[in-house]
Parts: sequence; structure tokens; C-alpha cells
Amino acid sequence: MTSLPEDLPCRDIVEVVTSYLEGNLDAPLRARFDAHLAACPDCVMYVDQMRQTITLVGSAVDPMAVTPELRDDLKRAFEDWAGAA
Amino acid sequence: MTPDSPTSSAPTRDARAIEADRRLIALLRAGDSAAYMALVDELGPSMLRLAGQFTSSRAVAEEVVQETWVAVLRGLDRFEGRSSLKTWIFRILVNRAKTRGVRERRTVPFASLADSETGDDFEAVSAEHFLPSTDGRVPNHWAAPLPHWETVPEVATESRETLAVVREAIDALPEMQRTVILLRDVEGWDGPQVSNALEISETNQRVLLHRARSKARAAIERHYSST
Repeated sequence: MTSLPEDLPCRDIVEVVTSYLEGNLDAPLRARFDAHLAACPDCVMYVDQMRQTITLVGSAVDPMAVTPELRDDLKRAFEDWAGAA
Repeated sequence: MTPDSPTSSAPTRDARAIEADRRLIALLRAGDSAAYMALVDELGPSMLRLAGQFTSSRAVAEEVVQETWVAVLRGLDRFEGRSSLKTWIFRILVNRAKTRGVRERRTVPFASLADSETGDDFEAVSAEHFLPSTDGRVPNHWAAPLPHWETVPEVATESRETLAVVREAIDALPEMQRTVILLRDVEGWDGPQVSNALEISETNQRVLLHRARSKARAAIERHYSST
């Protein structure tokens, strides 16, 4: 195993992973993160599991849907407003 | 970890977005029903989601959405374009829900709630999964290899069981964490949209998202390592 960067151990990787995925790490920290991943298959997998989790959340919950009734009500509200203007 | 960007929307609004908003507002003022309905269809699901965070029933959430559109149309002349039209609409939605007081126990502003849900110690992965910081060789490294999800077909195929585990984990989240993960990962909002609508800092938005996603991941791991 290549030596792991001690200044950014696995235990920290799991706390900055969201900032990493959000593209929010500054360049030096991002470089250290990438260097860690290059040496640590477990953290590669952890990052991948976070990506999978995001996908699973999207599949687990249905987006809200506007019912046809609500849609009709909203349309009527617009027509009332436009008609009165 | 990184300093928060100064403000989330105003300075980055490009001329094209401002122009697009202006054109849309002109269409609405002209009574263009198709343009209006396109906007309703685009924003409606997210508005219901957000209204639902204040309200105990779907019916009340729908009323809040209706009131919001009426307020939006009546207020079009007052829209100054300092934020995007969409952000402005979501702000009105949040304010309608608040002033209506549809949920009596909601007296705490989102920002305070966000603070309380981002305080305390949090561990995305509990400490016992790591070697102690005193370990001579690789301190704070994984103590044991991470269980592989590739070997769990239920996860790989998004089985009903896995999705139920994820739903349960989301239901168990504190309110703000749940709101943020639903808006981000189900309704597809980006970070600035969420922090603008909820009037929380981008940093808090990110921390709430981090905690919510980390807990969902941990729930999946827990479920499949105990069976």
C-alpha cells in the first residue's frame, strides 16, 4: 500500500466527502483528497457509496405531483387575475 | 471546510437569466396562460414539497401553493429582479406558510432550526470503524475493510427492500436535514436554490445535506451487514 497522507486520514475523508462531491473544496484540499483516494481503495468505495446513496434517495421518494384538480384551480386563478387586470 | 461564498444569488446573476425573467414576466402580464402553466408545471412539485414541510396535510399544502400563486400574480409589479423570479416565488411561498401559521409548533425560524441541526458532534461513520488516532502505522484509517455493496444485489438493483430502508432513514431525519435532502436529491434543486428558499447559509445547507446523506448511507450499510 502506498503511504496514506496522514494529514487527511480516512476519518476526515468521510466528513468532507459532501463538500468534495459538491465541488466545494478549495484546490489544495481537493488535491489532498484526490491523493488520498489514489492510495486508498476503501475511501474510493466510500465515495462511490455516497454517490449510490444519492441515486437511491432519488429512487426511494417520488417527487411531488400537482394533481389535475390543483392545476385547474391554479389556471383559473390566473384567468381571474388576467381578466381583472 | 471552505469559506462560504459571500452571497448566494445576487452578484452571480447573469444578464441572460435576468432577461429571461423579464421576458417571462412580460408574458404573464400580457395574460399568457401557456407561459404561466409552464411555470406552474415546473415549480409546482417543489412548491408542494416545500409547503409540505410547514403543513400537516396535503390539503393545506395545496392551499398554501394556491395562495402563493395569487400573491405572486398580484405582486408582479413589485418584483425588482434582485433575486431570480423563482427564488422570489419560493420566498413568498415560505412567507405565506409562516404567516398563515399553519403549523403552530413552527415558531422557530429555519435558520435557528438549521443551526440546531448542524450543531453537536456528528460522525458520518462512527469512531469504532477507524483505527485510533494513536495507531503507530495508519492512525484514523479504516479499521476493517468497508463492506462491499457490489456483493449485495438488493442494493445494486435498487430493490424494494433497499428503497424502503432509504425511505425509513429519510423519515427518521430531523426536519431540516430531511427538507434539504428531499429538495436536493428528489426534487433536483441545487445548493444555492435551497439556501435561498430556506434562508439558511450555504454552509448550513451543505452540512445538513452531508448529515442527511451520510445517515442514509449508514442505514443501508447497517441493514445489509446485520442480515
